[in-house]
Amino acid sequence: MPLDAAIVGPGNIGTDLMYKILDRGEQIDLKRMIGIFPVEESPGLQAAVEAGVDVGTEGLDSVRKYADEFDIVFEATSAKVHLANAPVYEELGLFAIDLTPAAVGPYCVPVVNGDAVLDAADNVNMVTCGGQATIPIVHAVDRIAPVEYAEIVATIASKSAGPGTRQNIDEFTQTTAAGLREVGGADRSKAIIVLNPAEPPIMMRNTIYTQVPDTADIDAVRDSVADVEAQVQAYVPGYRVTLDPIVKDQSDVGFDLGDTVIVTTMIEVEGEGQYLEPYAGNLDIMTSAALAAGERVAEGLAAGVPAGGASDD
Amino acid sequence: MTSDVRLVDMTLRDGMHAVDHQFTPDQMREVAGALDEAGMDVIEMSHGDGMGGSSINYGFAAASTADYLEAVTDVISNAKLSVLLLPGIGTVEQLELAVEQGADVCRIATHVTEADVSQEHFEYLEALGLEATGLLMLSHMAPPETVLEQAKLMESYGADYVYVMDSAGAMLPQDVRDRVELLAEELDCGVGFHAHNNLGLGIGNTLAGIEAGAETVDGCLRGLGAGAGNAQMEVLVGVLQKAGYEVSPDFFGVMDAAEDILLPMLTPETMPEVDNDTLLLGYAGVYSSFLRHTRRVAKRFDLDPRDILVELGEMGVVGGQEDMITDVAAHMAERAGGRPAEADD
Repeated sequence: MPLDAAIVGPGNIGTDLMYKILDRGEQIDLKRMIGIFPVEESPGLQAAVEAGVDVGTEGLDSVRKYADEFDIVFEATSAKVHLANAPVYEELGLFAIDLTPAAVGPYCVPVVNGDAVLDAADNVNMVTCGGQATIPIVHAVDRIAPVEYAEIVATIASKSAGPGTRQNIDEFTQTTAAGLREVGGADRSKAIIVLNPAEPPIMMRNTIYTQVPDTADIDAVRDSVADVEAQVQAYVPGYRVTLDPIVKDQSDVGFDLGDTVIVTTMIEVEGEGQYLEPYAGNLDIMTSAALAAGERVAEGLAAGVPAGGASDD
Repeated sequence: MTSDVRLVDMTLRDGMHAVDHQFTPDQMREVAGALDEAGMDVIEMSHGDGMGGSSINYGFAAASTADYLEAVTDVISNAKLSVLLLPGIGTVEQLELAVEQGADVCRIATHVTEADVSQEHFEYLEALGLEATGLLMLSHMAPPETVLEQAKLMESYGADYVYVMDSAGAMLPQDVRDRVELLAEELDCGVGFHAHNNLGLGIGNTLAGIEAGAETVDGCLRGLGAGAGNAQMEVLVGVLQKAGYEVSPDFFGVMDAAEDILLPMLTPETMPEVDNDTLLLGYAGVYSSFLRHTRRVAKRFDLDPRDILVELGEMGVVGGQEDMITDVAAHMAERAGGRPAEADD
């Protein structure tokens, strides 16, 4: 039985997510798209109407009004709005998948901790686009060789960085860095974001540096990364490793590495292009990961695991 | 004394690129002390890529920002102490630390078309009443009108000065004049210019910038700095005096700081010069701090650094994308059938 869903926040992210659910949602049935402006003032709500999805125009009041229709809410508003909405979702018994930086619930990176976190919580946070792209690789390395320090550089096309990202750029680096530790498994971490205005716009690309003991089995690391790449591709089709892990040692850097080496991996994310341009892989990976999380919640419910309930499957 | 042009010495910031960010706190203290004694207007210190720049991508510094700040604050009594921050690399937390430890000026740098990522940082400084300067990096990549539009954003966020940064040392004197003149005409805040010497125009461009209306300019002792270095500070002081400008630093004092204090800390390998690689930086318009990273990567993959720089220039990489050097080189080596990217020794 599919899980009935609503999207709150009909902006770029919400609209892209809507098309993804309609295109390839298997166990998610999108019931309603909810915004705060009249339909004629909201391109996202207009898109919903055209796609045959019911709409709501009164924000949280619409959520309350139609709450019986759905079991899960995708929050695509802003951190501030989600902080206000989260208690209401909880009160209404709605599972929340939070695409904002609010992080009311635990971080969720489907390929790494989806099973554990989606059964244990009823509000999960999708970290950041950079986090969704790079945490799986840190995890892939860390399960073979302990990652003492992880550092990522996310480069996105200027055109795909909205005002939210631009006005809160610190939030991106801080949240991503926290995700590298808490979900990726690194002891220490740093995240860097670079906006590149080149035309035509560049694809979202990420470099993942992981500092590991110099005794690490690099062939096993490469296999582990390839394995994770395939798993992410199952829910983010445009995700690919562009540079297989290479090792940099003391002779490759201008600072002291001690008994460690640096494993460098690079990935690129091409969007599916349902609504946003293919170069906006940074937005695509968020909506794809959110859909994957939603599907996982639906599977859990179908298997009799109550969302948010204690479970040890 | 009043001066016509404010001089910002960045030996301990842009100069950090030349030494792979390995100045020790003691060395910083010595250089900062000599600069202060010589009457420098502003002394900037931090990792070359700003506070928070200490990383695998840009190179770990020999010490933390806190340790560097602690080492220099009490030897600076007359000059203003400046720090640098690049949003996306460093955060407001680092600004907080710098302000607590005595920074007088914070300079916030963004790519020339991306000024709006700096709003939260300027607003933080504004709330503290601290002097803030905006730096538009790689200004050669945008036409003067775009530079102005972005400079206006920084001014609206509270910048006291906005700089035209020739981060790739790619500008000709006319490029400098076109941009600085427009900003000086249209902005209420002050305008600055920052040169790199990759095309041998460090001093000439700085002079062009001042003639076009720049009130503040950057330089480094002995011309230290990323790429072929910045405008050589002791030369700049001499040139400006000869040109009839009033400047604060004492000519001999700055010369002594360069030759007696800084020079013994350098080796032939860390001394910037215009050579084939740095010439290519300026010619291809690539961010100057890519130089030393590119040389290391070229050696590893057995490539000519110039080929890597040309390709990076064609791709339009911007400051901060040092990771692209490895990407480009690995794939270049693969195509050439040379040393494979998988080599792990």
